[in-house]
Amino acid sequence: MEDCIKTDVVIVGAGPVGLFAVFELGLLDIKCHLIDILPRAGGQCSELYPEKPIYDIPGHPMVTGQELVEKLLVQIEPFHPTFHFEQMVTEIETLGTSSAPAFRVKTDGGSTLECKAILVAAGGGSFQPKKPPIDGIDAYEQKSVHYAVRKMDDFRGKDVVIVGGGDSALDWTLNLQPVAKTLTLVHRRDDFRAAPHSVKAMRDLVADGKIALKIGQITSLTGNDGVLSSVSMKGSNGALVDIPCEMLVPFFGLTMKLGPVASWGLNLNENLVPVDTAQFETNVPGIFAVGDINHYPGKLKLILCGFHEASLSAQKVHHYVYPDKKLTFQYTTSSTNLQKKLGVA
Amino acid sequence: MPHSQKTGSSMIKITFIDSTGEKRVVDAEEGSTVMEAAIRNSIPEITAECGGACACATCHVYVAEEYLDRTGKPEANEEDMLDFAYAVQGNSRLSCQIKVTPALEGLVITTPPRQG
Repeated sequence: MEDCIKTDVVIVGAGPVGLFAVFELGLLDIKCHLIDILPRAGGQCSELYPEKPIYDIPGHPMVTGQELVEKLLVQIEPFHPTFHFEQMVTEIETLGTSSAPAFRVKTDGGSTLECKAILVAAGGGSFQPKKPPIDGIDAYEQKSVHYAVRKMDDFRGKDVVIVGGGDSALDWTLNLQPVAKTLTLVHRRDDFRAAPHSVKAMRDLVADGKIALKIGQITSLTGNDGVLSSVSMKGSNGALVDIPCEMLVPFFGLTMKLGPVASWGLNLNENLVPVDTAQFETNVPGIFAVGDINHYPGKLKLILCGFHEASLSAQKVHHYVYPDKKLTFQYTTSSTNLQKKLGVA
Repeated sequence: MPHSQKTGSSMIKITFIDSTGEKRVVDAEEGSTVMEAAIRNSIPEITAECGGACACATCHVYVAEEYLDRTGKPEANEEDMLDFAYAVQGNSRLSCQIKVTPALEGLVITTPPRQG
């Protein structure tokens, strides 16, 4: 097992609210590690609407999702947070007591962290690959249906079908073509949003007869014991075509799923985590929920509400991390102490 | 994502037919989107996960043929997002990209059984 990381707080989710929590906790001398399933910070802001303008961040008449994330990263830089990307928190073990909480957090990436408080800032849940709603697809997911390529060798000598028209679909078409027995790319239209050079490389392979490109949508699967033998595709003219297929790799983007949050012993109300409105603590002392994932009377899913929640929860987190220290309220405008932490005094 | 609330604009009737055939008629505000009208009126089978940013393909709908001229064709970014939807047809649109105008009075929208 990998070494256990010891820190004050683990923040689950590196979206705008998780990032701002680093700032509020940092001012109180609390160190944070952030865990996010995405490969970068920003959550929905970076993943769903990086270029879209946001108009309701105080002091920013207009800021794009990506700009906001970049500014938050600059803002929290003095506190040196540690990011664990492309990992999902799978397990939370309670180690302490309700008055002196402590937790052991495990991720699917093999990391183990021990902390005194947890901030769940998981937004709409974790981003996971969208599954095409084809009847019976679940039965093939262990052996024949893959939403990502982990080991290319698994595809060696197989009839492979890749579905999609973006960069992932095209990149894997180009990468798997040399190892696959046959490779068929299926897309709903003869137009691809992937990078032009990969589209050209794909079309060259089609022209050379090395791969097949079929325009249509997969409608059904055929196989035995979780192993596929073929898929059926409905073409744009409505005709059904059978394609030999032992490995199916559909790329339909990402969707948000609550995921393991449901198994952490937290009360849930329609996939949201109820909290108190003084400290945004959940039913488990030491575990807080901030941002879109929490619920309380009057809750609004706004970034600015998440910022507010993060700043208030930090006060109670301080109590858990430094039980013997009295917390004095200070302003960044006037406190030399806070300004030193920010590196400006 | 935030959306603005306009006042004083006219109301346009839209009929949503769900995948079981049940019909629901709602009043949509001119200038809003078909997705917003659906969400405000709790129309089932429209998720709108991203809140109207044309970034998720979970507000996928079918536009009745006779209204296709008036709703127009998807732009390139909407076509790109439709790649993430299922059972896409010639009359498929993302409802967050259809602006409600007086020309759409009586619009008929059918929703797919699943948004993914």
